[in-house]
Amino acid sequence: MSLIQAKDLSLNIHNQKILNNLNFEANTGEILGIIGESGSGKSMTANSIIQLLPHGASLRGEIIFDNKNLLNISEDKMCNIRGKDIGFIFQEPMTALNPLKNIGDQVSEVIKLHSNITLKDSVKMAAKVLQRVGLPQEKFPLTRYPFELSGGQRQRVVIAMAIAIKPKLLIADEPSTALDVTTQAKLIQLLKKLVSEDDLCLIMITHDLAVIAEMADKIIIMKEGEIIESGSINILKKGLKSVYSKTLFAASDYKSKNINKISSDKTLLEVKNVSRDYSDNSISFFKSKKIFKAVNNVSFNINYNENVGLVGESGCGKSTITRAILGLDPISQGKITLEADEIKAENVDNEIRKKIQVVFQDPFGSFNPRHNVFKLVSEPLFLQKEKVKEKEKYELVEGLLLRVGLKASDSKKYIHEFSGGQRQRIAIARSLIVKPKLIILDEAVSALDVSIRAQILDLLVELSENFGLSYLFISHDLSLVQSITTKVLVMKSGEIVEAGETADVFKFPKHEYTKTLLDSSPNLQKALKKL
Amino acid sequence: MFSFKFKNKKKNNLSLSFWVGLLFVFIVFLLALISFIWTPYDVTSLVISERFKGPSFSHVLGTDHFGRDILSMIMVGAQTSIAVALVAVGIGIFFGLPLGMIAAAKRGTFFDDLVMRFNDLIFAFPALIIAILITAILGPGAFNAIIAIGIFNIPVFARVARGAALTQWSKEYILAAKVSGKGTFLISIEHIIPNILNLLIVQATIQFSLGILAEAGLSYVGLGAQPPIPSLGRMLADSQTMISIAPHMAIFPGMVIVITVLGLNLIGDGLRDYFDPKLRGSS
Repeated sequence: MSLIQAKDLSLNIHNQKILNNLNFEANTGEILGIIGESGSGKSMTANSIIQLLPHGASLRGEIIFDNKNLLNISEDKMCNIRGKDIGFIFQEPMTALNPLKNIGDQVSEVIKLHSNITLKDSVKMAAKVLQRVGLPQEKFPLTRYPFELSGGQRQRVVIAMAIAIKPKLLIADEPSTALDVTTQAKLIQLLKKLVSEDDLCLIMITHDLAVIAEMADKIIIMKEGEIIESGSINILKKGLKSVYSKTLFAASDYKSKNINKISSDKTLLEVKNVSRDYSDNSISFFKSKKIFKAVNNVSFNINYNENVGLVGESGCGKSTITRAILGLDPISQGKITLEADEIKAENVDNEIRKKIQVVFQDPFGSFNPRHNVFKLVSEPLFLQKEKVKEKEKYELVEGLLLRVGLKASDSKKYIHEFSGGQRQRIAIARSLIVKPKLIILDEAVSALDVSIRAQILDLLVELSENFGLSYLFISHDLSLVQSITTKVLVMKSGEIVEAGETADVFKFPKHEYTKTLLDSSPNLQKALKKL
Repeated sequence: MFSFKFKNKKKNNLSLSFWVGLLFVFIVFLLALISFIWTPYDVTSLVISERFKGPSFSHVLGTDHFGRDILSMIMVGAQTSIAVALVAVGIGIFFGLPLGMIAAAKRGTFFDDLVMRFNDLIFAFPALIIAILITAILGPGAFNAIIAIGIFNIPVFARVARGAALTQWSKEYILAAKVSGKGTFLISIEHIIPNILNLLIVQATIQFSLGILAEAGLSYVGLGAQPPIPSLGRMLADSQTMISIAPHMAIFPGMVIVITVLGLNLIGDGLRDYFDPKLRGSS
């Protein structure tokens, strides 16, 4: 008898079909991976198991957990099961913790709630649990507050809360998606360790096949609320049957067409000895002001028609550099020159602006929701001295929309009518409209599902070949820059630790940090070899 | 420039309370509008023999202590109330919105502090008392009531505009606009204002209802519109001593004030609920 079994599970929300006839099971000591793109219903599956569903939801079928049908259990009893028998790890570590409680209280609260022990004992237990997830008390006392921890450390606290009283089942909903690759790799190791030590059953939800291939025993591939394919992890190796799973597999194992262009020797952008200091704003009479170097003496060049990758974890200073190059933020020392002109913050000539455009990470926040696509895409035309006629503008915008794989009629729609991938296409169209020489891609594909990510990368490769563009491709994932760039810079704590031809850096990484980055990025082929 | 698409949000419809509020306000507005061209009786003609009449066919809402028709007085009085409150809200938006926008655009600077601390200063005074002071200095009258109420609307709109604009300024699409070479002024007009308009509309309905109350309060103490122009507040004041012999003199103007304020508040609530889910979704 398996620990958890779903039989003909269907979910409707306001009479809209969300899940349709799901059947799956998982045993103690097993890791079940649920894979699907956003909107495939994978999170709703997890929420169905713990019965935390939005209003207007009606669930049919059976979920048998520990010989009980969870659908027939009252809310009171369900509260006992949640947290005690079933632990849950959320996607967003930044919001999953109460910001006003220290980590010791948050973990001991869970313990206290589900067992009859004194407060003192529960605190002791909390310390032990936190130690297990890699937050030893010497370094991370229980009195720490969430805001004093990094994203990965917060996620460890969330995991500690989930495993505090040894649940039988642990559900993790995209636990590593919001994290850097190196942090993600450590987190996956931790989850695997916990499963084998505690004999847990783990249901791991993710959109990334490469992540799941490294850890799962069984997988389910979902699309539009239905299970497309399921079986042991070996089906990945033996070959998937359905067309959809095959495309998903191909996307996770993505190798874009290798970039095929010759960059010139002439320098387009020169960043020379650039530093940016931040001093803390607190007023104190006795201490000298602390100065934090976000970027420390960074130099690099981008030539005409050359794609350069800039890789590093969050907080390494790559965004600061981007903003400095765009002339949005001042620099403390050094010089940034584009062609013959120096870029000085807040005083950038429109003629210089025309040569650099940018694609931002967040496909949701980077558009004004009240403008239509025509207005959004044509906005940079403001930079042009000679005014473009309305009719020509339309032709230009529609031509670009077609070029990035959208329809000309999309120009009249509003941004909320598009998916994340389509929005990123619109952002690319917007950056192309003034025919810039350099496009900065600031984590432009990081927020997208793997299959969409592959399409956008292909588009970027194609555009850079045809338009003679230079890219500064910024990413936290080294594997993403492999196919699209010719040169790569690795950044850590505000400094460039390694720079060189992309192929060389991938084959013979010199710096320790580069090696870690290479090992951490999820790689489907590597994972499959281990099976 | 202010593309404001109601049809974009098909999913969450306006609540029942909004429509009820709209109906209330519509009735009062209609009465006020009709009074421009027609009232049952002339509000300036005194017919002492007809005084203290209760509601009847000839005088639907009865007459007051000078024999004037109360329905006619309410219609013209509503006109004054609405005009005063509307212009006062206009003053608040006209001065408050630019102040808030500039403060948000220059956030963290001396100018920002100057504007916001000055706002705090105005907030620190009890509004109605200062309005009484202002009208006492400038002399009573509808025009001075507008100024007195309008001044207190300025910090309200400045503060709402600044707060909402600050969240918009931190969004990536503002960076995109900067990269497109747009300056602070253009970004404020093209990007920030359309995106905070919903909050301003909700605030405007609330300030509108507060304005009507304030106008009634000022004319109650004799500092609003002066006789012979009728006003709802003064009708209440006049009826006070005669409440035992002619209660209808107090009830009907009072009800009109209540209905208007209630209606506007219901509209404000309805609009807030209508805009809110979208706000949460996009943040």
